Amino acid sequence: MIEGSNMAECHPVGFRWVMKAKERGATIIHVDPRFTRTSAVADIHVPIRAGTDIAFLGGIVNYILTRDRYFHEYVVNYTNAPAIISEEFKDTEDFDGLFGGWDGEKGAYNRSTWMYEGVDPEAASGSREGPSGPVQKQPIQAAQNDRTLQHPRCVFQLLKRHFSRYTPEMVENVCGIPADLFLKVAETMCRNSGRERTSAFCYAVGWTQHSIGVQYIRTAAIIQLLLGNMGRPGGSIMALRGHASIQGSTDIPTLYNLLPGYLPMPKAKHDKDFDTYVRLNESPSGWWGEFRKYAVSLMKAYYGDKATKENGWCFDRMPMLTADHSHMNTVAAMADGDVKGYFVMGENPVVGSMNGPMQREGLRKLEWLVVRDLNLIETADFWRSAPEIERGEVKPEDIQTEVFFFPAAAHTEKDGSFTNTQRLLQWHHKAIPPPGDCQSELDFTYKLGLRLQELYADSTLERDKAIQDLTWTYPTEGPKNEIVAEAVLKEINGYTIADGQPVPGFTALKDDGSTVSGCWIYAGSYANGMNMTARRKPGSQQNAAAREWGWAWPADRRMLYNRASADPEGKPWSERKRYVWWDEDKKRWTGEDTPDFIVDRPPSYRPGPDARGKDTIAGMDPFIMQADGKGWLFAASGLEDGPFPTHYEPEESIVQNPLYGQQCNPSRMEWWRRDNPYHRAFADPRFPFMITTYRLTEHHTAGGMSRWLSWLSELQPEMFCEVSPELAALQGLKNGGWATIRTARAEIEARVLVSLRVRPIRIQGQVIHQIGLPYHWSSKGLVVGDSVNDLISFVGDPNVSIQESKALTAMIEAGRRSRHRTVVTSGPLVPAMDPQAWQRDLPAARHKPGSEHGFKAEESKESNA
Amino acid sequence: MGAKGFFTDTTICIGCKACEVACKQWNQLPDDGFALSGMSYDNTVALGASTWRHVAFIERPVPLSNQIADGFSWIFSSDVCKHCARAGCLESCPTGAIVRTEFDSVFVQSDICNGCGYCVVNCPFGVIDRREDDGRAWKCTLCYDRLKEDMTPACAKACPTASIQFGDLDELRQRAHQRVDHLHELGMNEAYLYGADKESQPGTEGLNAFFLLVDKPEVYNLPPDPVAPAKKVKESWISMGLAALGVAAVAFGAVLAAREGNGHG
Repeated sequence: MIEGSNMAECHPVGFRWVMKAKERGATIIHVDPRFTRTSAVADIHVPIRAGTDIAFLGGIVNYILTRDRYFHEYVVNYTNAPAIISEEFKDTEDFDGLFGGWDGEKGAYNRSTWMYEGVDPEAASGSREGPSGPVQKQPIQAAQNDRTLQHPRCVFQLLKRHFSRYTPEMVENVCGIPADLFLKVAETMCRNSGRERTSAFCYAVGWTQHSIGVQYIRTAAIIQLLLGNMGRPGGSIMALRGHASIQGSTDIPTLYNLLPGYLPMPKAKHDKDFDTYVRLNESPSGWWGEFRKYAVSLMKAYYGDKATKENGWCFDRMPMLTADHSHMNTVAAMADGDVKGYFVMGENPVVGSMNGPMQREGLRKLEWLVVRDLNLIETADFWRSAPEIERGEVKPEDIQTEVFFFPAAAHTEKDGSFTNTQRLLQWHHKAIPPPGDCQSELDFTYKLGLRLQELYADSTLERDKAIQDLTWTYPTEGPKNEIVAEAVLKEINGYTIADGQPVPGFTALKDDGSTVSGCWIYAGSYANGMNMTARRKPGSQQNAAAREWGWAWPADRRMLYNRASADPEGKPWSERKRYVWWDEDKKRWTGEDTPDFIVDRPPSYRPGPDARGKDTIAGMDPFIMQADGKGWLFAASGLEDGPFPTHYEPEESIVQNPLYGQQCNPSRMEWWRRDNPYHRAFADPRFPFMITTYRLTEHHTAGGMSRWLSWLSELQPEMFCEVSPELAALQGLKNGGWATIRTARAEIEARVLVSLRVRPIRIQGQVIHQIGLPYHWSSKGLVVGDSVNDLISFVGDPNVSIQESKALTAMIEAGRRSRHRTVVTSGPLVPAMDPQAWQRDLPAARHKPGSEHGFKAEESKESNA
Repeated sequence: MGAKGFFTDTTICIGCKACEVACKQWNQLPDDGFALSGMSYDNTVALGASTWRHVAFIERPVPLSNQIADGFSWIFSSDVCKHCARAGCLESCPTGAIVRTEFDSVFVQSDICNGCGYCVVNCPFGVIDRREDDGRAWKCTLCYDRLKEDMTPACAKACPTASIQFGDLDELRQRAHQRVDHLHELGMNEAYLYGADKESQPGTEGLNAFFLLVDKPEVYNLPPDPVAPAKKVKESWISMGLAALGVAAVAFGAVLAAREGNGHG
């Protein structure tokens, strides 16, 4: 099932294996608002109204539960279905779309009632992802279970009740998917799951880029747990990432709130010293009980000999979070003049990020901007090539931002590793040296660090020790003294300080300062001094797990949670699907892959009442990173917007939420600003159509790598919109002609493609027209066109701060835009509306504070002050 | 050297155009200009002097027989020079610039071509074309330079789904027939091979680059019954002779008639 992804177009190389699977008899289902190149080769195409996937997937959950199609033994033993939930928990069924615990003052949930009965509510994984809270005193493990799944407050019954109204008829009414087609898909999934068979989901940003995006993926996780498709060959949920190493940039993060290996970024308010930081983030149960070892080893990598137990491993040198510094918050602050400088590397935000006008407004208020790219992209040239400049609203000579543009090396011109979607690290070797002054990111950052250390060498200020004490010695090579990439891999892998020998894996890391590791989950990638990521034994010469190709984190496991491929006694569920099992003779877990389990812990092991850390993991608990070792149907912690997924409409929809009085995700992030106006919640007559945005095979995201290349530019030379023949007739659009698309933020023009690939959706007599818009073009390069992200507002998912660019409303009219096109920074395009009159939220949720999102905004203001 | 060629299985083509780009990059071909055609996702439109692989995008208001979709299908096909067993271009080339190689492919020697253009009108597929800037005729070389180094042609190498398969023709034909049988078993009865052998396409005596299609050739912009023009030479001479005789007879008749007219006049 490919949903929220256009895999054939956006991941054509990986799609090779989907086609191989199809040749071997797999059924490919593609759920998408449009008929794409993925749909073209799928067995079933399911057209869906953009932004309604939770209703569709929830319908499948309901189908599985009401028809008793779940994998009983798997669900009872490996998920938290039997866990009894607190009596205080209230579902969205009780409050018309709000869970219990809504705090109107904060505009956020108090999540304390979303918890197992008898367990202290503060969760380890929660405090890792959100602002640190009080210390969790006891493990999040269900105190009471009902293995018959009959208790009215067990997770299984709560789940059943939560999704009870997600019937095939409701799916048809919400998503526009005919009930018989929905039933066909649900039945296909169920029939292809169980002991002998498994089904997989593939998704991409079609699921994530919504104001409730995380919960889309949660719904798929619930389906896969109910059907027993996790941790088993041929199962799972595959997150298709957007670039060659986006997974790598999450593991060793470019994210503001994470340190390498998913350790949380320290928070100024809570993490007063190292011990507090560890105490707030380690978990008394499950694998995160090892937290201190990884944190100490990371500090040793940063500060080397300077980091000692006595000085708290130099923890006070670390930068700390004072607020939510995610992308949209930072850009909004930039537009308010609160940000001085900005590094842009491998990104083109004025084209690729939401609300382009506000992005450029932000850049205009900077003191300095550094852009590194292959080409002189729009972000580097915003001061002379932008809609505001074109229409004369902004004059280049008035912009004071100093722009530094550095030429970047291409991937063929540098050594390094890519980490792909299945956590597989693959080394790539430099084929040719970078031309001229072009430089790899690694070399640039290394030399920038050297210069900073030189600059601050004589400083006596305490704060500058952060730079002075940093370990920054690496070997260099070649005529340009380029940093040796493998030396960085060795540091990331980790080594014992005494002898400098690389550690074999993360279990060798210590909390006494005797080991270094730049990213604990990557420990083992340079085991025995060998670059494991450079292994290249073809798949045809080894078993299906192909473990001698590259290296996968953690511990070279090709499949996470693979303990679940065996039954509770440790035997494979079936011969056909055998993968990892317990070898009774050798008293060890064994199989095709590195077992994702404590290798000598027998299936019969049960923790005693005083067990702590990884000793709490029972011999039959496959999900070892969870505090209770179970797959969570009910997310007892870690999510801002509900323990169960709930269908909400996008921020801007043409449909009133058919399921609840609450229209949108109440916890979503909003930015009420002059330069970020929203439409009415639904049925705004000025913006009667839906738009959805996407990529094409022929271009690379914001175009920096493709719009300057003739062979790619000729394949998709112009910005276009895709519309159905019905919408074309309604609005007088002609194939090959021009159309203007307008939101409250901006208007853009595009050539028109009229095609049956786009179909109107019918919901209870209402016809929903959807417009497709690829987002690759802008003002520079061989091929130019208007930029779609100018149309999109700042509105975000509360868990991960991602924007909503896959479903919003717009107007489309025939003809080109006015020569002096309008974007919102010159003032609202439409009269401002009173947000209180729009009824997006139930009265209880309507009084969200301030102009920004909840308490995060308040913290942000504190820090600015 | 055995005969080499392409088997293009259009049922697993995903329309990514990697073949077009790989071909242009390896052969360093210029772009065709930057203009939106308005014809689905096809903006290079046709094979030509600077486009030696071309992916057709066909939107059909009928579903494929083995697909559940709302009355629609979108099929892709990567077109290329067919390297015909009877090659119209080669047979018409007056300078000997077009030759058959040791791989049984049809190759234009650009240093001999004088740009006369006879080949252009003699190709039954409209493949070969003259480049406006230099006047000479260009087309797919089956990556002759790569084959000499025992490398796969750039397009087949780049194809992510193995829709374009390169190899020994005998083996490719066998594989193609198996593939058609397999598709028939799966209920895709419309699948068939285009130009796989002399018997099914006598006009070209078979193609060294043949295709698996699921609709009529015309849908893919391929001729239903391509014939190398030289194959018609004999018929042409006979009909020309008959025509000459006819003209002579008419002339003779006219003279007779005139004489008769004169006789009466």
